Amino acid sequence: MNAGTVVLKVGQAVLAPLIALAFAVVVTSVIVSVAGSSVSEFWEVMLEPPSKRSWVNILNQTSMLFLAGMAAAIAFRMNLFNIGIEGQYLLASYCAAVVAGAALLPGKLNVAAAVVVAMVVGAVWAGIAGVLKVTRGVSEVISTIMLNAIALTLVGWLLNQYGDSAGQGRRTTPIPESSRLDGFSFFGYFAQADGRVWTLSFVAIVVGVVLAVVINRTRFGFDLRATGSNDEAAVASGVGIKKMVVVAMLLSGGVAGLIWLPAFFGDGYYYGTPFQSNLGFTGLAVALLGRNRPIGVAVGALLFAWLSVQANPLQLFADISPSIVQVTQGVVVLAVVAAYEVVRRFGVAQEQRSIRKALQRTGRLEEGAAT
Amino acid sequence: MKRTARFAAVGVIAALALTGCGKNDDDGDDNENGADANASVCESADGDGPAIGLAYDVGGRGDQSFNDSAYAGLENAVEEYDATCVEGEATDGEAESAREDRLRNMADQGLNPIIGVGFAYSESVNAVAPDFPDISFAVIDGFDPDTEPNDNVAYLGFAEEQGSFLVGVAAALKTETDQLGFVGGVHNDLIKKFEAGFVAGATAVNPDIKVAVNYIEESDLAGFNDPEGGNQAATALYEGGADIVYHASGASGSGVFEAAATADAWAIGVDSDQYLTAPADQQEHILTSMLKRVDVATFNMVESVVDGEPLTSYVVYDLSQDGVGYSTSGGFIDDITTDIDEYADQIISGEIQVPTAP
Repeated sequence: MNAGTVVLKVGQAVLAPLIALAFAVVVTSVIVSVAGSSVSEFWEVMLEPPSKRSWVNILNQTSMLFLAGMAAAIAFRMNLFNIGIEGQYLLASYCAAVVAGAALLPGKLNVAAAVVVAMVVGAVWAGIAGVLKVTRGVSEVISTIMLNAIALTLVGWLLNQYGDSAGQGRRTTPIPESSRLDGFSFFGYFAQADGRVWTLSFVAIVVGVVLAVVINRTRFGFDLRATGSNDEAAVASGVGIKKMVVVAMLLSGGVAGLIWLPAFFGDGYYYGTPFQSNLGFTGLAVALLGRNRPIGVAVGALLFAWLSVQANPLQLFADISPSIVQVTQGVVVLAVVAAYEVVRRFGVAQEQRSIRKALQRTGRLEEGAAT
Repeated sequence: MKRTARFAAVGVIAALALTGCGKNDDDGDDNENGADANASVCESADGDGPAIGLAYDVGGRGDQSFNDSAYAGLENAVEEYDATCVEGEATDGEAESAREDRLRNMADQGLNPIIGVGFAYSESVNAVAPDFPDISFAVIDGFDPDTEPNDNVAYLGFAEEQGSFLVGVAAALKTETDQLGFVGGVHNDLIKKFEAGFVAGATAVNPDIKVAVNYIEESDLAGFNDPEGGNQAATALYEGGADIVYHASGASGSGVFEAAATADAWAIGVDSDQYLTAPADQQEHILTSMLKRVDVATFNMVESVVDGEPLTSYVVYDLSQDGVGYSTSGGFIDDITTDIDEYADQIISGEIQVPTAP
């Protein structure tokens, strides 16, 4: 790989998201102005330097979106479309909350137990789709959508049946004080009223590093990538596809199970109204934005977290519905895929041109030698 | 890679589209809001009375139900006390921290009182209120999630079962098939109160009446913002023989009214007088509405702050103080209002105890 291709590769990785982002900015601005609101006020609110409190929220949201994005990315790398992350982390969060609320183990051991439970439940729920795919040929897209609906209804029913009554709703038993995690204030940088960066946010970093190593540096990761890019070739070189599908789904579901746990131990303390839904679906978009690479997913998660947190006071300060950023997020995802394709084609054309040049040169040399 | 990307893109769009089914309607509303945003009293109010913060539940102003009722109370308060106001809107599936941030932004602006519309604000108010002891907070339908009482928070609840009982009486007196239906948005304890009251009212008139029950969602709050789901749930009930369907499903109710118009049957509205906001072709199918006077509670909260004696702790609005009731717009039940009011008197006197759970 010469210097030129390195520049090209880097350019490709950076240029495409930038084009996509610019495109999304334009589209959002047009929509804001068509809706009769002030475009400048909109961007003023969105781009205002976040307050300390907003930074805490952005970091916390980023950690959850990163986990969701990585859960999606593992499956994507294997050409599997795990649309069921939503249901996996919903069910996992509920089960973890029940186990942690029962406080079978003292203090922080309780946290560890809940983490294990969440990963196992998430993995099993995703594993169902994996097993169905390899044994009965059921598309994982369909089965995971169905499993989402089942998880949602199941959790609702369990909560209504066995949850504690609290006000007008139900919730799981709150976890004991000793199992709550204080979070990071970064040596007092964030005051009490700013909130805390959740302790389990660091799990996102651990997961990112571990997965980067597993995917890029292990036999398993190689098999995963090989199957993802060309399954026939992978089979020919001795990869057991069926096993890979199930393992990839288990891994994806296991990571999905972790998504809500930072919030649970840092702020929520029980499953009920504090539960944040929709992270699973957003995770798919984040993975796509980050091209399934841990660094890319982290950037994508940060961008989405920034957008949603900064949009929150839109109605207060600019009288614009905060739902507008969902449009921005959607356009970014659409545009990024298109932009990658454009940049890739440009790259391919560039490469062909240089090959042609090289061939012409050698051709002339050969002609010279013949005469 | 290229194939993966393309495949994934299609999938993600499908996912967004699928999850967005409910949201599309929401966005439609938002656009409408954008168009007549000037209609909000907060745009023009510039009096020197109290500055009120109103944080809406999902659906926001324009849901023609719960949130709009709170807005009506806000409007009255602005007019009465020369107040100013700031509105905050919730998005579907938002983070707990988003609600908290919304309330803190309002408190930082010095608004007082700050009212959270809907029980989803219970936790966030509990987190924010202790940091602002001089500001009075209220949560409609709310509760205190922990054991430490907050002396600057009021939890404004309603005796929904009593109002539902009365529309149950109305339905029982008007039904021809002796079969009624109930559509709930989400199968939680709050909506079960509506169901319990409605069934109790209907069977108090005629014990032989059957009430079929259909919930849109088991626990997903999207059930309050899903007109298509409301339509399907109600259609199933009408096809099952019910000739009057009562809904407690927030913005999903517009689907219930559509189903009523299609089946040429009756529907009963909820929270606000929904005859007034329904399209003309559906109006003639709205028998009555159970009124949950969120507007009264909102107004009272502001009034109490103006009077210097802010409401605190749990306050229940029931029949005796007109906190719940029924509407007569359209004139479809004018012939039976004396019967209904008799039941109302019995509830107020305590002769009839309305159950709060089915």
